[in-house]
Amino acid sequence: MLELSRITAGYDPRRPVVRGVSLTIGAGSAVGLLGPSGCGKSTLARVAALLHRPDSGTVVVDGDPVRGARHRATREQRTAFGVVFQQPRLAADPRMRLTDLIAEPLRATGRRDEAAGAVAALAGRVGLSAELLGRRPHEVSDGQLQRACLARALVLRPRWLICDEMTAMLDASTAAALVAVVEDYRAESGAGLLAVGHDRVLLDRWCDETVQWDELRLEKSPSGV
Amino acid sequence: MSLVPAANPVPTANPVPAVDPVLSVRNLSVRFRMRGGREVAAVTDASFELGPGECLALIGESGCGKSVLASALLGLLPRNAAATGRALMGDLDLLAADERTLARTVRGRRIGLVPQSPSAHLTPVRTVRSQLEETVRELTGVPRAGLRAAAEAAAERAAFPVSHLDRHSHQLSGGLAQRAATALALVGDAPLLLADEPTTGLDRDLVDRTVDELRRHADAGRALLMITHDLAAARRVADRVAVMYAGRIVEITGAPAFFGEPGPRHPYARALLDALPERAFTPIPGMPPELGDLPAGCAFAARCARASDLCGTLPATTDGVSCHHPVARPHPEESSRA
Repeated sequence: MLELSRITAGYDPRRPVVRGVSLTIGAGSAVGLLGPSGCGKSTLARVAALLHRPDSGTVVVDGDPVRGARHRATREQRTAFGVVFQQPRLAADPRMRLTDLIAEPLRATGRRDEAAGAVAALAGRVGLSAELLGRRPHEVSDGQLQRACLARALVLRPRWLICDEMTAMLDASTAAALVAVVEDYRAESGAGLLAVGHDRVLLDRWCDETVQWDELRLEKSPSGV
Repeated sequence: MSLVPAANPVPTANPVPAVDPVLSVRNLSVRFRMRGGREVAAVTDASFELGPGECLALIGESGCGKSVLASALLGLLPRNAAATGRALMGDLDLLAADERTLARTVRGRRIGLVPQSPSAHLTPVRTVRSQLEETVRELTGVPRAGLRAAAEAAAERAAFPVSHLDRHSHQLSGGLAQRAATALALVGDAPLLLADEPTTGLDRDLVDRTVDELRRHADAGRALLMITHDLAAARRVADRVAVMYAGRIVEITGAPAFFGEPGPRHPYARALLDALPERAFTPIPGMPPELGDLPAGCAFAARCARASDLCGTLPATTDGVSCHHPVARPHPEESSRA
């Protein structure tokens, strides 16, 4: 279970972007978070992914309270999350070939020797050919790069996936393909999902339940917890 | 590689408008010369017409050549690209025009560009007012004393609030930056508006408002060419839809028939619509071919459930559809109303 309780977060303590928001996601379930641009939903997603330290409030991952964000979180907690962002260009090191991009989380956690096998398996899954894997980000389309970013998010086999507007830049077919990859992975691994977006039709179709940002502020949790 | 297109100079589903078209594109092809003598076929043999008051949505996956087509019309292709064919605005062939003509009479004056990323398109160190006044001064004969009023009028035309004119681009929300960019595009009173992915990254409400505003400008008598991968936005504004795949327009048809009944006839267009979450939500298997390494025949054949031996050859365009085995149209006479 991923529990965010009374989270207040932002980039200036005097003007928090997120105020007193609570959200609970049951193990293995998929929650879509719907809100207009600028409402703070991406900030909450960053808090949930342990990428941003909230000003106040608590995050509990599978029963373990989180004591810090980014490198201050334990490796065990950090690697429990896979994150996919809206803009693959901004989320990919332009100097890395796609194969290195996907393998980077393994290298960073000292599992370099598993890289070749894991990348090959994931590339097939997200639909990247061997030729595309050898290219750098400027040599592929947004859709192809987002496929690589999704593979990177899955390479450590996370228990939680945070997808922040994963498909907003993509055409309909690529969007459907990437959602199918996420759902296949979840079906096989039992991972939970927080999908953030502004497309209600997409989130309703994708997730077990969809919550509106405004409902969260009333401290109502989707799983009835 | 054969660069000679199939002989189909006039797509028949492209109805001849009662008035002269604003833009008439005939067999437009764009080739990029790459290192090692490689050639990338970004656009191949695109033909369409666009009348005043009409909106044509050019849709397709990213990397299919949509934006290159727009750049070709504006004469903004990089130096290693060559465009062939014709793109006529009145008597002027945009593809043959020199840079001086394009800079002084076309960009901003005959074609207004609504850019993909408005906040990046605006100059970050100047206010919206200063950019609008400069544009008004350059494109119209308004005397210096009247610039302020003219710029405010221009802002109002695009529903940009006059109270925000003294802001810089980073102080604007996505929607206001979009309106500022639209205001700039409208200053020259160009008969053709070219909107290149005008809704990328906007939320649904903002997408609806942005395209509704573009539609309003089309209704005021301008021709609107909207390039987008957002099918919902296309459905909302377009009169006609052109579907591009691997550099070719594979289907061009009326928007109501395309999005409603009987639906698209090209298998790719059908599959693209079926990928929408409100429809089957099934992706098209595989990925589009590389534009530098296109197959000799139909480029979609490798992903097409209806493909046969015939698909090793290029399909001709019949009734606006380039396919060897299009989905049959139940009432052929209805299609001509597109």
